[in-house]
Amino acid sequence: MQKGLAAAEPLFQPNYNMSKNQQIIDSAIKQEYEYGFTTDIEQDTLPPGLSDNVIRFISAKKNEPDWLLDWRLKAYHRWLEMEEPDWSKLKYSKIDFQKISYYSAPKKQKKLKSLDEVDPELLKTYDKLGIPLEEQKMLSNVAVDAVFDSVSVTTTFKEELEKHGVIFCSFSEAVKNHPSLVKKYLGSVVPVSDNYFGALNSAVFSDGSFVYIPKGVRCPMELSTYFRINAAKTGQFERTLIIADNDSHVSYLEGCTAPMRDENQLHAAVVELIAHDNAEIKYSTVQNWYPGDPKTGKGGIYNFVTKRGNCIGDNSKISWTQVETGSALTWKYPSCILKGDNSVGEFYSVALSNNFQQADTGTKMIHIGKNTKSTIISKGISAGKGQNTYRGGVKIMKGAENARNFSQCDSILIGDECGAHTFPYIDVRNPSAQMEHEASTSRIGEDQLFYCNQRGVSTEDAVSMIVNGFCKEVFNELPMEFAVEAQKLMEVSLEGSVG
Amino acid sequence: MLEIKNLHAGVKGKAILNGLNLKVNPGELHAIMGRNGSGKSTLANIITGRDDYDIISGKIEFNGIDLNEMAPEDRALEGIFMSFQYPVVIPGVNNTYFLRAALNAQLKHFGKKEINAADFMRLIREKLKLVNMDEKYLSRAVNDGFSGGEKKRNEILQMLTLEPKLSILDETDSGLDIDALKIVAKGVNDFRDSTRSFIAITHYQRLLEYMEPDFIHILIDGKIVKSGDISLAQEVEKKGYSWLES
Repeated sequence: MQKGLAAAEPLFQPNYNMSKNQQIIDSAIKQEYEYGFTTDIEQDTLPPGLSDNVIRFISAKKNEPDWLLDWRLKAYHRWLEMEEPDWSKLKYSKIDFQKISYYSAPKKQKKLKSLDEVDPELLKTYDKLGIPLEEQKMLSNVAVDAVFDSVSVTTTFKEELEKHGVIFCSFSEAVKNHPSLVKKYLGSVVPVSDNYFGALNSAVFSDGSFVYIPKGVRCPMELSTYFRINAAKTGQFERTLIIADNDSHVSYLEGCTAPMRDENQLHAAVVELIAHDNAEIKYSTVQNWYPGDPKTGKGGIYNFVTKRGNCIGDNSKISWTQVETGSALTWKYPSCILKGDNSVGEFYSVALSNNFQQADTGTKMIHIGKNTKSTIISKGISAGKGQNTYRGGVKIMKGAENARNFSQCDSILIGDECGAHTFPYIDVRNPSAQMEHEASTSRIGEDQLFYCNQRGVSTEDAVSMIVNGFCKEVFNELPMEFAVEAQKLMEVSLEGSVG
Repeated sequence: MLEIKNLHAGVKGKAILNGLNLKVNPGELHAIMGRNGSGKSTLANIITGRDDYDIISGKIEFNGIDLNEMAPEDRALEGIFMSFQYPVVIPGVNNTYFLRAALNAQLKHFGKKEINAADFMRLIREKLKLVNMDEKYLSRAVNDGFSGGEKKRNEILQMLTLEPKLSILDETDSGLDIDALKIVAKGVNDFRDSTRSFIAITHYQRLLEYMEPDFIHILIDGKIVKSGDISLAQEVEKKGYSWLES
């Protein structure tokens, strides 16, 4: 910005340091987190602490069969022997697991038959979040399962889905009504001892969603879960299990929000996907947990998530799409085991770290079957003091003849206080493999912004245009409604954060 | 159109322009010639309002509006356009989308209805022909993978679409082969009329052979030391700049 200084004054006082763009950033960074309210509702919350008894309590509260309690306890004992991983780029003080409450539920615990019985406060909450639980108001083609703190509140469109033989219910219901399916697949992709946070989840998971698509069925609508953390000092540990039987197809979306609180809250979920012969699972995430205070970095969700899919059948396909804009910390590597011949794994990711956010995210593609193919498209955006890390592994096993992988990892930096890091690991044990890796790092520079300004486009519009252009390949993978939502979310999360 | 009075200005604490005066009337094409470091690009950046370029004293008026303190996008919306010496690459942003966003920003600024995608395509196809550009450039990202000549033609395409009142052509001839230069010059010449003004900034008179400048100004050490008609450019081409130095 030009300033008219009198010629007699010493030339150029250092007050031009504060460029106009910097001012726009500063005002935009003040943008408040839209979903930061809390819901005043009576909750049944376990006091903080973790022990065998806590696990027994959770299991009993849910009337679980003995095998599941044993499974949980086994996981817990494995967890006690494990150590919190420290290989990520995330910097945070150690979590005190005894200070977390492992169970919290809205108090009305009697069985709900229809939405009329759901606490109206709860419905208001979901309304504020823009999740229309009432079926008449719903997006015509999305069935929603809503998980409030630890408990699945309601699942919509259940009857419609049942007509097609699709099972879509809370995890707890699945344990009751479809125990053989749960027993067969639970832990089959992410075993209890897989990793520290996965083991913790296996011990204390409270609820989540369960999906089964029978042979030959194309699920008639998008399935969707909204996760909401409400209670203070609670962890959220949901468990999601999706099974697509032979020749079936399903598209699933999860969205997440949380209130603003000064202390960090832990979210450690596990998602397991199983795709049988010729089946296809498309799993999309729009993650907008509270990222912490933009000025101080205080509070925010610690998001430690294990997501893995097994393409167990020939010609099967699993596709992960994630838009990660929230959380103080994100530790997440949705992966694919490509076991079936000709199976396909995909990972499309946009991860944004603004202000004090840190994200360490990526994927693993493990090629076991012949002619397996994987695609990785990762877009990292760093702004403010945010740190963004891509960490990915591609492994071609000995028997994986003619495996192919294409990886593309792009980072964009906004401002000069943020960072982008890329750690691709490639392990090839079969000489017929074809691997391609592309990576780029760019910066939204003053020159780009000035170029846009010079054409009459404001700085804010320019940033959103550039970032959306950068993310386009990933947004194109999202279901239509959610692509629009993701785009809006990016605009809110980034507006003007340019330096 | 543009009036610069006794302008002292510079970049990041360094004074570069030292008492520059220039008056550009509607319909005129002024060429500013000078060596590297004489202040040519600084002048362009000062007029367009780039960050870090500051006016120390003096005045720039555009159609009676004082440009000092005016944001660069507002100057653009008022009708000041610069064809960049080094057009900027914007990966991922489609050329058509970019140009339509720019045009719509302008339409909005003047309280007019935004142009829809179909009408815009019709418009842009006409303009493409004028600069001999293939439609394939429309679907590419802004300047991404463009050759030097393609970038410059793309700048002229933007000028023809946005129809500015004052166009600053910053070293538009650099990096162009003779065919591309002719196309660019023709684009500019066809666009000239009694209401539009141009400032062409250049090292050499090469570009000026294809355009018809009304005035030539020689810039040395941030000051216009001599003005004249095209014959001055030819003289400089022969004798260099040193004879003009005081």
